[in-house]
Amino acid sequence: MTKPVSVVLVGGGHNGLICATYLAKSGYDVQILEARESVGGGASSIKFGGDYTVSGLAHILYGLNTKVCKDLGLDISALKSSEPLNTISLQLDGNHITLGLEAVLGEMISSKDQQAYRTFKREFRGYAEALEPLMMNTPPRLKDMDRKDKFTLAKLGWSLRFGLGAKSMREFLRVGGINIYDVLNEVFDNSALKGAVSFDAVLGQHMGPRTPNTVLTYLQRLWGECQDTQMIPKGGMGKISEILEKAAIDAGVKIRTGVKVKKICVAHGHSDGVVLESGEHVEASIVVSNADAKTTLLDLVGAPQLDAMFCNRVNSIRQNGDVAKLHFALNDLPNFKGLSPQELQHRLIVAPDMRYVEHAFNHSKYGEFSQHPVLEIIIPTIGDSASAPEGHHIMSVSASFAPYDLKGGWSDSRRAFLNRVIETIDQYAPNFSSSIVTSDLLTPLDIEEQYNIAGGHWHHGELSIDQSFMMRPVHGSAQYQTPIKGLYLCGAATHPGGGITGMPGHNAAQRILSSGDLG
Amino acid sequence: MSAFDVNENVSPINFKEVLQPSPFQSRIDEYGIVQEWMSWNGYKTARVFDTLASEYFAIRSTCGVMDLTPMEKYRISGPDALTYLNRLVTRDITLLKPNRVTYVIWCNDEGKVLDDGTVFHLQNGDYRLCSQHHQLDWLLLSSLGFDVTIEKETHDVAALAVQGPTSCAALMEAGLVDIDRLKPFDIGYMTLNGMELMISRTGFTGDLGYEVWTHPDRALDLWDLIFSVKEQGLFDIRPTGLGALDMVRIEAGFIMPGDDFNTAETAVRADRVRSPYELGLGWLVDLEKPYFTGKQALIAENTEPAKQRLVRLVVEGNKPPMDAFLYDQKGGSRIGTIKSCVWSPILKTNVALADIEFQKGSAPIEIWAEIYYQKELEWRATWARCNISKKPFWAHPRSSITPPQKF
Ligand SMILES: Cc1cc2nc3c(=O)[nH]c(=O)nc-3n(C[C@H](O)[C@H](O)[C@H](O)COP(=O)(O)OP(=O)(O)OC[C@H]3O[C@@H](n4cnc5c(N)ncnc54)[C@H](O)[C@@H]3O)c2cc1C
Repeated sequence: MTKPVSVVLVGGGHNGLICATYLAKSGYDVQILEARESVGGGASSIKFGGDYTVSGLAHILYGLNTKVCKDLGLDISALKSSEPLNTISLQLDGNHITLGLEAVLGEMISSKDQQAYRTFKREFRGYAEALEPLMMNTPPRLKDMDRKDKFTLAKLGWSLRFGLGAKSMREFLRVGGINIYDVLNEVFDNSALKGAVSFDAVLGQHMGPRTPNTVLTYLQRLWGECQDTQMIPKGGMGKISEILEKAAIDAGVKIRTGVKVKKICVAHGHSDGVVLESGEHVEASIVVSNADAKTTLLDLVGAPQLDAMFCNRVNSIRQNGDVAKLHFALNDLPNFKGLSPQELQHRLIVAPDMRYVEHAFNHSKYGEFSQHPVLEIIIPTIGDSASAPEGHHIMSVSASFAPYDLKGGWSDSRRAFLNRVIETIDQYAPNFSSSIVTSDLLTPLDIEEQYNIAGGHWHHGELSIDQSFMMRPVHGSAQYQTPIKGLYLCGAATHPGGGITGMPGHNAAQRILSSGDLG
Repeated sequence: MSAFDVNENVSPINFKEVLQPSPFQSRIDEYGIVQEWMSWNGYKTARVFDTLASEYFAIRSTCGVMDLTPMEKYRISGPDALTYLNRLVTRDITLLKPNRVTYVIWCNDEGKVLDDGTVFHLQNGDYRLCSQHHQLDWLLLSSLGFDVTIEKETHDVAALAVQGPTSCAALMEAGLVDIDRLKPFDIGYMTLNGMELMISRTGFTGDLGYEVWTHPDRALDLWDLIFSVKEQGLFDIRPTGLGALDMVRIEAGFIMPGDDFNTAETAVRADRVRSPYELGLGWLVDLEKPYFTGKQALIAENTEPAKQRLVRLVVEGNKPPMDAFLYDQKGGSRIGTIKSCVWSPILKTNVALADIEFQKGSAPIEIWAEIYYQKELEWRATWARCNISKKPFWAHPRSSITPPQKF
């Protein structure tokens, strides 16, 4: 039976879909209002250059949460390739290294480093797993804790102390706040290996390997790895969203697309619905926003409904993106030196050493794009020929660093940045540039516009310590709540952040269900 | 290289003119016989011109003139000026008609008072906010999301407070003929000898009085115009300093942010900030109006009685209860302290503003001040009974009658 309460979701990204499905499964009447023509947000497939299908933003599933998959009955196994996804770190001399979940291979990698990698991964996955109670729960408040907050903290303490053991816990506390650069220099000898691991610590962030906090971001990445759902989904990330959409509809969620919410209505401190761009008013007892915090609070709710200092805190959230997305349609398979065509189904990265990554980041600190960008490259057509015309391929690239607020603006620099990326890839695959049929560049500015993410940030806001846990997205609006009663956040802006994980959506739904707001 | 090279870049002006001169400075210097200067928002301001008593009695019995220029003044305009102000302060500004003034306070997010002041609705949608302390940072910070222009105009507007029973008559004598029509908190405009004047029937004395505003270029003309009435021997008009003002404002029960309570911006210790309810200013808080900064916190706070209150106390005896601790009985438990106090010459009693604990929301049954005082260089202690005064100590009907009586 549907209880006479209605929930409206602003946005149907994967987190919105997941949150809505949980709420609908608990018997509530839920409606999603999505601005784009289809649901999925950053997890979508788009048509480009005529006959090519590619993941719009997110192209690799690092770790969709297994509990979410189980709870909602999501079966994504058919989208997965039979081979586990490895990371191949490209080297100019063709002596690439291959990083797996446990082992690293490569001619230049000493047996000492191979052993060190195993130990390192085991240890750090241990830390990541110890953070589980924090990831899958509302981050506990430190002031005015309720029973659930105390329980989460106790579980976290228990899992850190007894899950890890005293020695590991000490080590965890030592490395937790420092940077990945120092840690990797302690652990490994080979500079290519260090570069490859540091890549995962900074991807999506406005951070270089030497930025403090990069150990935590690396752990967040590893936590995804622990989910065992890592893959390049066949048909693009949109397939994941299709599965989520179906689960939502099956649970009774009503979905409307192509409707942009203009305003979240507030009466007497309580949100009571939304107004669409068309002027239509949709009433609801509860509004849940999948949009980023700035958009939700400053644009949709608006400063007049909020305290002055709080507005300034929201306005100061660092959520300017630093990653560009590029799509290439190719009439030939790029010929990467030292790699077989079969190996091109893996994740290729350009992060040849930590200095390279740090230097690439340096540019963005001063509002420039990287002259030698750090790249994540996939060629999804290797395992999925249906996404391009016969004999053709697509290449999908996440390119760092490309700051949102580029000095002088993006319009005059698009071509130059695109060329830097093409030249970089050409160094590893000389026939690449000549095989390009068409290309598409999304700067963070384009991402903001096309995906409705203010700033175009990977995580809807930096995952730095001051914007994490009980301070995510911002002090005064953590725990999925906002100062407006009956208005919740469920997207990447909330704990534990972005990526196609489903965790913010899951946690937000639990929070809403336990809040009593739904009667 | 000489040993003095280091100082080369320091302008000697910095040492000579640490305090900013007011547009009235040449007249103020002339009258400031005892040279008792102090800083008011960085301006060189007289605490006393000649004697405190004569200045106090000018305000209470004849007419005192005080330079108001140093008061912080901000011009607030633009399409969202009204919604901006209404989100800033706890009172409903939509009710403030053009050419009217209202007393306001504003709070931080936690509902703790940042400052108090007055809003002048100059013309449709054009406002002036006057405040005790520098507020530009908070005003700008609060402007996020509003289409509003905020300009500090402290130095661009010269103003004199003309206060006392004969203030109306004296100003009319000076040529400000129509001001007897102004009701309390009204604003009027006139041009006199080419001077553009704005006159508001406002003040900080609890008595009949006006504030006269003009361009700084005409400041001295305005001063001379007012004092010409005295020269004709018609009224006694005296310049008054901040010392006398402090006496009359305590008598009138007006609180001084920063003296009577820590403003939220300056407080370091969590328990030193005060909400409007704790300051006895709950009547300025409108929880029914649209959202304003601190509203949510104040709604929550308003469900419980205030744990402490700033109250007006009449202190028995003649010993000055300066900074005295307050107790629930002679030698009992400490329940508060005196913040400001004055021997009121006109009421012939000690009056004070004091911060005291309210157990379960009600005032203590008894309040006793332990007063330390000196007798020929020897310290003594005594106890004085204190009584809460529900009303301002001094409130004369002449302050609100329109037209004012002629004295
Ligand atoms: C360049 C780039 C590459 C990335 N690559 C990967 C990757 O390979 N793997 C990975 O896991 N993650 C990747 N990410 C991160 C990932 O895309 C995001 O973290 C993720 O999409 C966040 O999901 P979400 O559901 O919280 O929000 P979103 O996916 O942003 O969804 C929010 C939805 O809300 C809608 N919306 C917003 N405002 C309104 C409104 N006013 N009215 C109606 N609807 C509205 C939007 O249209 C959108 O559909 C990448 C991000 C970027 C920027």
